[in-house]
Amino acid sequence: MPRVSLFVTCIVDQAFPKVGLAMAEVLERLGYEIEFLEAQTCCGQPAFNSGYLEPARAVARHFLRTFQGSEYIVVPSGSCTTMIAHHYEDLFAQDPAMLAEVERLIPRVWEFSKFLLEVAQVDDVGARFDGVVTYHDSCHALREMKIKSGPRRLLSKVAGLTLNEMDIPEECCGFGGTFSVKFPEVSGGMARTKIESIVRTKADTVVSIDSSCLMQLQGAMSRAKLPIRTMHLAEVLASK
Amino acid sequence: MSRDYLLYKVRTALGRVSSQAPPALAAPMLHIPVIKRDSRVTEFIRHFENLAGKAFRVADAEAAGACVANLLENRTAIASNSPLLAQCGITSLPAVRSGLRDLDQLRAACASAGVGITSADYALSTTGTLVMLSSQREARLISLLPPVHIAVIPASAILANLDELFTILPTPAQQTSAMVFITGPSRTADIEQILVRGVHGPGEIRVIIIDDVTVN
Amino acid sequence: METTIKQTVADPKLQLAIYTATGRLMAKRSESIASEVLPDYQDLRTQANLLKKQAIENLDWYLEQFESNLALHGGKAVYCKNAEEVADFVLGLARERGARLIVKSKSMTTEEIDLNERLEHHGLEAVETDLGEYILQLAHERPYHIVAPALHKTRYDVAEIFSKRLGVENEVVIENQTMIARRVLREKFLSADIGITGANFLVADSGAVVLVENEGNARLTSSAPRIHIAVAGIEQLIPRAQDLAVFLQLLGRSATGQPITVYTSFLSGPRRADEIDGPEEFYVVLLDNGRTRLLADPEKRQSLYCIRCGACLNTCPVYRKIGGHNYPWIYSGPIGAIITPQFHGVMQDPWLPFASSLCGACAEVCPVKIEIPKLLLQLRSDVTAAKASEGKSGVELLAFRVFAWVMRHPRIFGFLGAVAAKLAPRVPKSMYPAALRSWVSERELPMPAPQSFRQLWRKRGRP
Repeated sequence: MPRVSLFVTCIVDQAFPKVGLAMAEVLERLGYEIEFLEAQTCCGQPAFNSGYLEPARAVARHFLRTFQGSEYIVVPSGSCTTMIAHHYEDLFAQDPAMLAEVERLIPRVWEFSKFLLEVAQVDDVGARFDGVVTYHDSCHALREMKIKSGPRRLLSKVAGLTLNEMDIPEECCGFGGTFSVKFPEVSGGMARTKIESIVRTKADTVVSIDSSCLMQLQGAMSRAKLPIRTMHLAEVLASK
Repeated sequence: MSRDYLLYKVRTALGRVSSQAPPALAAPMLHIPVIKRDSRVTEFIRHFENLAGKAFRVADAEAAGACVANLLENRTAIASNSPLLAQCGITSLPAVRSGLRDLDQLRAACASAGVGITSADYALSTTGTLVMLSSQREARLISLLPPVHIAVIPASAILANLDELFTILPTPAQQTSAMVFITGPSRTADIEQILVRGVHGPGEIRVIIIDDVTVN
Repeated sequence: METTIKQTVADPKLQLAIYTATGRLMAKRSESIASEVLPDYQDLRTQANLLKKQAIENLDWYLEQFESNLALHGGKAVYCKNAEEVADFVLGLARERGARLIVKSKSMTTEEIDLNERLEHHGLEAVETDLGEYILQLAHERPYHIVAPALHKTRYDVAEIFSKRLGVENEVVIENQTMIARRVLREKFLSADIGITGANFLVADSGAVVLVENEGNARLTSSAPRIHIAVAGIEQLIPRAQDLAVFLQLLGRSATGQPITVYTSFLSGPRRADEIDGPEEFYVVLLDNGRTRLLADPEKRQSLYCIRCGACLNTCPVYRKIGGHNYPWIYSGPIGAIITPQFHGVMQDPWLPFASSLCGACAEVCPVKIEIPKLLLQLRSDVTAAKASEGKSGVELLAFRVFAWVMRHPRIFGFLGAVAAKLAPRVPKSMYPAALRSWVSERELPMPAPQSFRQLWRKRGRP
């Protein structure tokens, strides 16, 4: 079986390592050999989204160097994958040599659920998770990568799991990177609107493929003293 | 001079030179659904009535005239100079004024009439729309000022949709200074998103469709 | 009335009003573009985008074509570079014709140039006739939303405004309020000397102005007075009358979920020799007011494709929280966020391009496919570049340079993470840096994990 290289993302690395471990576990269960290149750090999105292109380029170059030899790079995040697969081209639009490297990189970068469905070609990873969940469509994943039915298909194969859709699954959770701290009331308000919808599903867990969304929603739900927890899709799929 | 200056700025912004022809534009993609004549009528009526209009389908000009006479109740009306209305006997009904060509008279009549009666040049079946071109036969204010608008049209005037209209009438500006599409009664939802009809234009609209008539 | 973002988000009445109004408009839009109803929807968007691209990228050509076709039918094009020139033109004409009363139908462009204020300053009476705009004019407020200008007003607000400004009895029934407005404005229509409208589209091959509405006030404004002036931004051109088949299908549905609005007027000049009614004189003001600046940027000129449907406002989770009045200009929502900095310079409201989570919902609903999030990102880097050139970068540039440096040195990244994990639980909230305080004002903060992924992975002894 081929080897996959994990790009866990800076937020998973430092704040939600269980997500990375869960992703590794699922991939190993499917027979992949896992590589974690320690040189990895971040995709550069925080700088890019804040309008600081030079720092973003510097971080992107480091990413490209780190992963230049990896055949499959698997990422537990729609927004980071989008940064790499869609915005690195914007960052290096004026640099033909770097652009060529980016073009070589893009087909090798896979958001986790897409990797499972399109490369591993499985939708049932033998998971078990007893409970009612609802799924949040993170914006970049949904709108830039058209990821919508994939994660739902994977969840449908998890034994014991019931999926209740919220009425606004596609609405933004309000994170938006630095937006969440530059416009906290708006960000908080957006989270609360989302949470009202989540509560109506009677789910005990919110699932997404983006840890940043989950961090935002969990933070708001905890503030509201709601007993609902958040889990990354990888964690659900790693459950037995 | 603002004109030359503005055009200069536009050209400079775009990196274009004067009289540089644009690239050829593909022909408009107009899709005319195939709808049989009878379906056009029923479809038109369905959409028209969905918008709170009321439609009447009659066999001939005489029946149309009778229908209008009924609808008028006790109200005064101003009718346009469309020959079809005369053919139907509408212009000779007692409470109906027509034949006005003087603007001041027309305005005064429209401002005080309870009903405005017109024909229409075309109608669109997929939306229940009336298409009216301003002309000596059809003044604009008749379908606009009075609180009720009654339109009398031959079934043959009903086209499939907007695409068909623009296919047969690609350059309306050559025909008229004012073409209007009327789809239902005047409405607004500006206050609390609550729908109210008849805010400026007619609050009630009626159409009479004549199956068999040749317009003079 | 100046409100802050904080006040608006904390006001439950306003939140409910904004949310329900925009929610309703969105739901109607969705119904009207459902694949059973409009299977060609995506094709139409593609066509609309191509047609606007053609018009904008060859704008001088289409302007001249418009002008000559307009003249052919007795109308006159009046090119104006800014607000003053428009006001001067209208005032000059009014003086020459002895005009005192003007009726206006809804036009964002005339609000953009404060036309009413300028005219009233010179003793003319300019009455808004769109119901929502009329209410706001009486209340001295600016519109809350492109398509639903008075969505923040309740019937009780309206009752108070009418009784105070019109001297009528306190009337709270909405239908009756509407009839009061109808009566008052009917008089104005019939006695006005000049009617001023906007233009939803300018049709180059016809020299025509297209007006789209539901109330009938645009028809009255353009039919009853002797003189009709349509004020339009130069970007409102479309090449051909036949292209309306595409645009009219998209505009009504995107704005309010209507396959077509109640009235669509196609006006190409003053009344003709054989026509009985209609204006004697017909002018189309072609306004720059900074549009040529937007035109000059090949990436951002697509902002000018906008047909002012308001769909991006209705779908934007940020607009739905902060409402129209928290945007610095009359154009609000996502479209406002991209054009305001281009018209006014990025440093006028440097926060504006950042007031977005970049969710992309706006780009999904835009009928002419403006890439709004892409332009927001470009504007963000324009802001940082402008700040740098003015020496105003402050601590943020430094912070991101440090960020980039750390992210290029994985061992330092790992080390700092480990330090944060040890220290963070011990730092009292009062000592949090601004960003963290901002976070905790609305949410609980996740603590850094006691061991990072890289530490845990190392422990497993994996390669």
